[in-house]
Amino acid sequence: MADTHARISDLVTSNDVVLFMKGTPLFPQCGFSSRAVAILDHCGVAYESVDVLQDMEIRQGIKSFSDWPTIPQLYVKGEFVGGSDIMMEMFEAGELQQLLNEQGVAKVS
Amino acid sequence: MPMTAQAIEEAILAALPGATVELTDLAGDNDHWAATVTAPQFVGKSRVAQHKLVYAAFGGRMGGELHALQVTTRTPT
Repeated sequence: MADTHARISDLVTSNDVVLFMKGTPLFPQCGFSSRAVAILDHCGVAYESVDVLQDMEIRQGIKSFSDWPTIPQLYVKGEFVGGSDIMMEMFEAGELQQLLNEQGVAKVS
Repeated sequence: MPMTAQAIEEAILAALPGATVELTDLAGDNDHWAATVTAPQFVGKSRVAQHKLVYAAFGGRMGGELHALQVTTRTPT
């Protein structure tokens, strides 16, 4: 588990925005993951996605790493932001866009 | 066995006394729920902390027995 946490830590610090999800942005395998992808696409930012269905260690490890029981999970600049419900609430309030701006996250070119 | 609406509401109320819970059956299948939880315990806490309080009400059942729960948290006005 320590190794998995180190891998996750590396993923979330070496990428500005990381979405841990079920499936891929093109083919999400769960409604909540699909919603998270749609929100990030609306924000127009570049992000790294990790398909937890392809990696059982990360699928379990991310839950203890974040102390959060569900997938998807969004990280910005190494900080856990929340799951899809929080992403939606923040997006609707304009707070997610603000956070991404403040953190200087690159837009999709 | 999926959790019933009553079981979901009872679990939340047991963990967050004084809360109000509004449940919506998203898919009409008794398995995909949306819960709007208003609780005094949320005051002064971040969204992540608020959601964790709701998740904690279900112990290890979240993501398993309770497959899909969309959560919205509110503080009392």
